[in-house]
Amino acid sequence: MTNVSPQISVTSPSSSTEFLQGAKATIPMIIGAIPFGIIFGTLAESSGLSIWGAMAMSLCVYAGSSQFIALGLLGMGVGPVIIIATTFVVNLRHLLYATALVDKVSHLSHGWRALLAFGLTDESFAVVNSRYLDRTDTTRAHWFFLGSIVAMYSNWQLCTWLGIGLGELFPDMTNWGLDFAMSVTFLGIVIPYLRNKPMWLAVISAATFAIILRDLPHQLGLVIAALSGICIGYAAQQIELRIKLAKVVSETTNTKSTKTTNAKARSTKS
Amino acid sequence: MNETMMIAGMALVTFSMRYVMFAMAGRIRFPLWFKQALGYVPPVVLSAIIAPLILMPEGYLDTSLANPYFWAALVASGVGFWRQHLLTTIVVGLLSFVLIKWMVS
Repeated sequence: MTNVSPQISVTSPSSSTEFLQGAKATIPMIIGAIPFGIIFGTLAESSGLSIWGAMAMSLCVYAGSSQFIALGLLGMGVGPVIIIATTFVVNLRHLLYATALVDKVSHLSHGWRALLAFGLTDESFAVVNSRYLDRTDTTRAHWFFLGSIVAMYSNWQLCTWLGIGLGELFPDMTNWGLDFAMSVTFLGIVIPYLRNKPMWLAVISAATFAIILRDLPHQLGLVIAALSGICIGYAAQQIELRIKLAKVVSETTNTKSTKTTNAKARSTKS
Repeated sequence: MNETMMIAGMALVTFSMRYVMFAMAGRIRFPLWFKQALGYVPPVVLSAIIAPLILMPEGYLDTSLANPYFWAALVASGVGFWRQHLLTTIVVGLLSFVLIKWMVS
């Protein structure tokens, strides 16, 4: 491998390098997902989900926050149709993640695209999206994407399985507050976004609405809060843009007018 | 049976949501305003998910010392803005949560 055109490997890293880099970049997310996956496993039985059901959910659904919400609803005795509908609403954000990345995967085969789509979690999106923002070289970036998915997915299965086992050993583990792991991971993902006023405004209003509307049925409060946050952020961005534009326009007209008056003064002097 | 149906439904719904855009790659073009609004989606959705978990773990707004979720999130945010390093934020957040929970109880 090494003696075959080393120039190419300098400009674009090999598939395996990309794969490993993707897995490595996902390590912080894995740390956050470990307690979160374990608590999912431990909570399953007390919520009325069988051991096989819990494992199958992690294997096939593979969406931490909605798996968690499903357990909550199951515990309340809610039927499967409502749980599926709630999953739909909560996971609508993945549609938007996919929209953000679609230009980067459009050259790949359908098999690749389906594989990458299956693993498009919040965590892998955050890692892969910043990879695309940081580096323009994208020839083998889908291997980076896959590396992130494989690392995240294996860890999620392992932790679910571990959680199921630990839940049987320590039945009171559900009160330990390990669910905070999801919150702190999401918090860590949000912080780098907070670089300008419209983003701050969007996040603060979404959080406020989510708290006020928390008791609406079927996670409706979450959906309304998210949509309001997006609208408010976008509106603030447009207003900020207009103000900046107005400033630039008034500044250029000012400098123009002072230039012309200076020129006039000079011409009258001479 | 009910359980199988529920899991199959959840899997189908989740995968469709993630796949539909990739499946139609290149055939849909979005206007600029849509792309700009899209930039707000991840932080907005994630903060809408965690705000109630952190600020109302018992179902009511609680910023008292007895709420370890709130204080640990505050510590984690401080570290997050200061260090700008995800792993540090998560580890410090988790450790401070355990510590605060232990001190409170």
